[in-house]
Amino acid sequence: MAGVPALIHIVFVWIPTLATIFLSFTKWDGIRPVTQAQGVGFKNFWDISHTFKNDFFQALINNGVLLVFLFVGPTLLGMLLAYQLDKGLRGARIYQSIFYFPVVLSLAVVGFIWKSVMYSPGQGLVNTLLGRTGQGHQIDWIGDQSFLIHIGSNWGVSRNYLAILVAIAWRHAGYIMVLYLAGLKSVDPTLREAASIDGCSEWQSFRSVVFPTMKPINIVVLVITVIEALRAFDIVFALKKPRHTEQLSILVTNNLLGEGGGNVGRGSAYGVILLLLCLGFIVWYVVTRFREEL
Amino acid sequence: MTDITDERAAIRAGRHRAPRRPARVALHVFMIGLALVWLVPLFGAVYAAVRPYEETSKKGFFSLPDTLTLQNFRDAFTQGQMRHYFWNTLLILIPALVLTLLLSAMVAFVVSRYSWRFNLFLLVLFTAGNLLPQQVIIQPLFQMYRRIHVPGFMSSSGNLLNSYLGLIIIHVAFQTGFCTFVLSNYMKTIPKELGEAASVDGAGVARQFFQIVLPLCRPALAALATLEFTWIYNDFFWAVVLVTQGAKRPITSSIANLGGQFFSNDNLIAAGSLIIALPTLAVYLALQKQFISGLTLGANKG
Repeated sequence: MAGVPALIHIVFVWIPTLATIFLSFTKWDGIRPVTQAQGVGFKNFWDISHTFKNDFFQALINNGVLLVFLFVGPTLLGMLLAYQLDKGLRGARIYQSIFYFPVVLSLAVVGFIWKSVMYSPGQGLVNTLLGRTGQGHQIDWIGDQSFLIHIGSNWGVSRNYLAILVAIAWRHAGYIMVLYLAGLKSVDPTLREAASIDGCSEWQSFRSVVFPTMKPINIVVLVITVIEALRAFDIVFALKKPRHTEQLSILVTNNLLGEGGGNVGRGSAYGVILLLLCLGFIVWYVVTRFREEL
Repeated sequence: MTDITDERAAIRAGRHRAPRRPARVALHVFMIGLALVWLVPLFGAVYAAVRPYEETSKKGFFSLPDTLTLQNFRDAFTQGQMRHYFWNTLLILIPALVLTLLLSAMVAFVVSRYSWRFNLFLLVLFTAGNLLPQQVIIQPLFQMYRRIHVPGFMSSSGNLLNSYLGLIIIHVAFQTGFCTFVLSNYMKTIPKELGEAASVDGAGVARQFFQIVLPLCRPALAALATLEFTWIYNDFFWAVVLVTQGAKRPITSSIANLGGQFFSNDNLIAAGSLIIALPTLAVYLALQKQFISGLTLGANKG
């Protein structure tokens, strides 16, 4: 009974994972039989960090910026919202429904809604509010690839990437909020009560009583956020990969589809880099989850 | 036990009548403000979608409408060939959803009823696999799909690329992990004695599974079904990469066509996006409780 699903999972998830590692050390066009793949050692990794360093480091920066942004933006906001809603605020249900609804939308759809409604240069809401819809004054939010923050001479954080981050935050905050709401339900209310009787301020009781007791949820949120930041793909791809919004996931597929296709070794090497970046977190997550049973 | 819970309930309730009124008012103002901001993109999209592009591009977004029309929706639906893409989604989504739930319920049943050394290994493997970024496996998977031959009636391309079957398989393979994890935790709360009593009465394993355990798991299955519905419906990555022929793509990934076809008509794009968003929004509005409990089941142990 457990055999068939386990087999499907292993064949289509874990065997490809091992195959990615193997293929990253080869040169192969994907068309000839795989037995003709040539071993090339670390050449693909060398190529990525030298010949293709412009794209690669820009992608690394972007994934890193996304990660940091997810923590200081939507994660903190989601936590704050959950904490406030858990106080038994009147209408908490309605607030919760509103903050959560973007989560049910695909990020690709989110990208298109923001692009056409919020960020449209000529008639978008943002430019309308800023009074910048006139010819010559328009801000092209998704099209402006110039760097707001420079990192080195070739890299940085581009304006269009920041615009995309805002759209991502709109969807992500509600998700985190629901996770923390679940976590807060398991916090014994008498603990907080005791803290407030002992004269703790709200901030003190949150920091020293509530937050530590939510440790299991904190770990879940941390791991989910890291993985989401690494696997992010939809919104950038759907918006036709504007320059300077490269992400590692996009580089993997660039070596599969379109012009750069047929470079299985290099594409796999990007995959291995992704794997290395997330592996520690996955192991940590699994260990904390199953510790009691180990 | 009841005393304690009553007490807790009283304390929770007590917080409703929290005396610090000005703070409460400020909190409401903050929440209402933020909630309105959160709704802006959605209502903005609706407002743009019901107006012709010629009008908003001339008069600007913040203007009273001269004409309110559903024409953008009609155009997006026909020009985007959405009937066709929705049909593709249905052909992928329903088998994938049913198979995912059934297979993960089977694994969860085995894992929660029988203690093997293998169990933990299986759960760890599933949970870890579910967390892998899809892009890690896509290169070899693509090559595998190209080389796995299937009969023509299952895939007109002759292999798993560009086929509904290929997408169904990868959804099942990936999502089984999460569902098994949730269901096995849920099944552990069902007393083992139920199964033992049934087997004394002569019910075989299959009967125990279908007639005792599955019905008791209905709340968890409902929660997972709503969640998986949106996840599979919203899938973009698998469909974009594993289906290279645009015509075979499901609806969410067909959004990539929107940009090209409707180039600068933002109102039409807004209408198209809303049509694609509608099914998941409807499911969310109708089954909000299941939705949220599904996420919570996954995040909390047991």
